[in-house]
Amino acid sequence: MSMKWESGGMKNPLARARGLGSAHHGVGNWIRLRVTAVANVILSVWFIWFVKNSIGLDHAEFTGMLANPLNAIAMILLVISVFYHATLGCREIVEDYFHVEWMKISKLVGIYLFSLAAGIACIFSVLKIAL
Amino acid sequence: MSAVAPDKAKRPLSPHLQVYKPQLTSVTSILHRATGYGLSVGLAFFTWWLVAAASGPEAYETFTSFCGSLLGIGLLFGWSLAFYYHLANGIRHLIWDSGYLFKIQNAYAAGYFVLFFTVVATALTWFCITSHLNENALLRQVSNECSHIKPNCVKCIEDKCLNTANLHPSG
Repeated sequence: MSMKWESGGMKNPLARARGLGSAHHGVGNWIRLRVTAVANVILSVWFIWFVKNSIGLDHAEFTGMLANPLNAIAMILLVISVFYHATLGCREIVEDYFHVEWMKISKLVGIYLFSLAAGIACIFSVLKIAL
Repeated sequence: MSAVAPDKAKRPLSPHLQVYKPQLTSVTSILHRATGYGLSVGLAFFTWWLVAAASGPEAYETFTSFCGSLLGIGLLFGWSLAFYYHLANGIRHLIWDSGYLFKIQNAYAAGYFVLFFTVVATALTWFCITSHLNENALLRQVSNECSHIKPNCVKCIEDKCLNTANLHPSG
């Protein structure tokens, strides 16, 4: 222990361990993936119904349906839950299969930026239609 | 990455996928990741849908006409297949996470059920879509005939559209 303390410099052992996936730190994303999965299952039932009813509608009819507060709220919840779940899932895949550091990091950055940009675009679109 | 330790190449590697005979449990697990990745790519398409709807009738028309194209139908079919598979197998994973279905015959039974559900749900979905679109095409044809004679003519609608009027979603 004293050896590790010395190699860590001025940092205390807790500061060195934080964020490295030990001490059950990595379980957080595992739980978030499951929580969003449960939300996705529930919201999928609504989504199937929504898509079924939106087939063949023109623009005015479709936006009219999405502007219904219950549909708009469900769609925003679905966007948040699905994008969060997809981000975590893709992150898991990248971390498992890409071991060259710069490749892994650049893919992760790409995933985060895409999710954030596309997710915000979706939520903005729903709000613009509904409000 | 030139800083790799020289002894790293000599380390024994654990056997990987190609060594094992494919089993239902391993194949469903791999498919879960593959479909999850495919659906994540589909989120770009999903985003296009909502942004097009927010942008206006022309952008939405561009989107819906792409959906009706051969490429669009192919993509949507693939995504519907992936969606139902990932949904059903995701529930199977959640059941595992809660500590059930670990008996090998139960894990297999659930795996076969997932495949069965995926095929049936996808087939049912596309049966509904095609019958719905046929119905819409019929209505459009009828309404075109009516407007050709006289727009908003009640008698015309009664004469020509009475049989299908109850099918029209917005009256």
